[in-house]
Amino acid sequence: MKSNVVSRLVNLTACLMVLVPATSEAARAWLLPSQTILARSGGWVTVDAAMADDLFSFNQGAMQLDALSVTGPDGQPVAPQNPAKGKTRSSFDLELRQAGTYRIAVAENMVMARWEEDGKPKRWRGTAAEMATGIPANAAKLEVEQMQRRVETFVTVGTPTAVKADAGTGFELKPVQHPNDLYALETAKFRFLLDGKPATDLEVEIIAGGTRYRDAPDEMRLKTNKDGEIAVTWPAAGMYWLEVSLQDEKATVPGVKKRHASYAGTFEVLTQ
Amino acid sequence: MIRMTRYALALVFTIIGGTAEAADLSLSVEIPQLPVAEYHRPYVAIWIEGPDQAIAANLAVWYQVRGDHTKWLPDLRQWWRRGGRDLKVPVDGLTGATRPVGQHLLKFDATQAPLTGLKPGQYAVVVEAVREVGGREAVRIPFEWPIKAAKRQTASGSKELGAVALSLNP
Repeated sequence: MKSNVVSRLVNLTACLMVLVPATSEAARAWLLPSQTILARSGGWVTVDAAMADDLFSFNQGAMQLDALSVTGPDGQPVAPQNPAKGKTRSSFDLELRQAGTYRIAVAENMVMARWEEDGKPKRWRGTAAEMATGIPANAAKLEVEQMQRRVETFVTVGTPTAVKADAGTGFELKPVQHPNDLYALETAKFRFLLDGKPATDLEVEIIAGGTRYRDAPDEMRLKTNKDGEIAVTWPAAGMYWLEVSLQDEKATVPGVKKRHASYAGTFEVLTQ
Repeated sequence: MIRMTRYALALVFTIIGGTAEAADLSLSVEIPQLPVAEYHRPYVAIWIEGPDQAIAANLAVWYQVRGDHTKWLPDLRQWWRRGGRDLKVPVDGLTGATRPVGQHLLKFDATQAPLTGLKPGQYAVVVEAVREVGGREAVRIPFEWPIKAAKRQTASGSKELGAVALSLNP
């Protein structure tokens, strides 16, 4: 009887172990800056980076910051300081020496693989260069997918300056309305690019922070038009999370067909 | 000769008289006394808003000048977004220290900066106040430019601002 329970538990645990990575991958990715608008240069902001469905509570897992890049108003990279990876969130500080807009991005370009070995599921995650060593040549039932994920937020010192979208691959945000110039009850236009071209006819999901204190997510769903644009009217001030994603067969990694591309951004909407 | 002198004197008097009676815009702003345990004088921005809501003229910006407390200027949210963020403070004749509880009078000559640049049209005077560990409030009084007739208009805040009065004198 007892051993039966134990074996059931073992089975359950095995199931969970398979499920857990899948769940953590599905968790929402977000960056949360301590401030989005600063009066003058020379100040600091702290950014938290987490993977958690509750917006913006870090209660699931920390985000890897290997692919973090911060671009200053002059287009030059800004080095993050005091980086730390905790259990529930990663964090880093940014010294804002210049006036203008800073783009904070975690843009990953990875390959995910699943296959079977001796009847057991195997998973692997790595860069395109690591594929040859990470995935066995004779892997059975092999499924490979390229993951292009961009997670961003913006911070501005003084007057907002232009935000560039120059990667040309995966999703990018090319704001029509500046992401640090958003106000409750006003309508803001955002343009999304996929591989440098307007990302048309895609659903963009927008959710206000504080989901733990609401009974419903109250998400807004907007479709991008022929120019890749959405027009969102912010119902109230607060911190918002936005996501757009798609699956297609336009992988850029040799030997990989499927691609999953996504963009997730955090935006602060201010009171009137 | 005598006639000419008289004429010149008359001209001089006209000019002086004209200056003394030039059109003006005056404003009375009340910072109310608040029953709070921790009180800090509010940051206040006063400006003229154009029909497009952009700042047509800045009239006054009061913030904590001693020490470097410009950090909190963006809390004057409307003023900041409408053009405060483009300004490099301090600005002579515009920015100054925070004011105590009470009535504050401001008077601007219609023929002098910052009113000289105003084109004829509809405007509003906006007074925005924000207080550390307190709230934020903005009060608007619309008016027409140039000043055609004497007019006094009042409005009132409900928390951070008391009575605000705008007097236009042609």
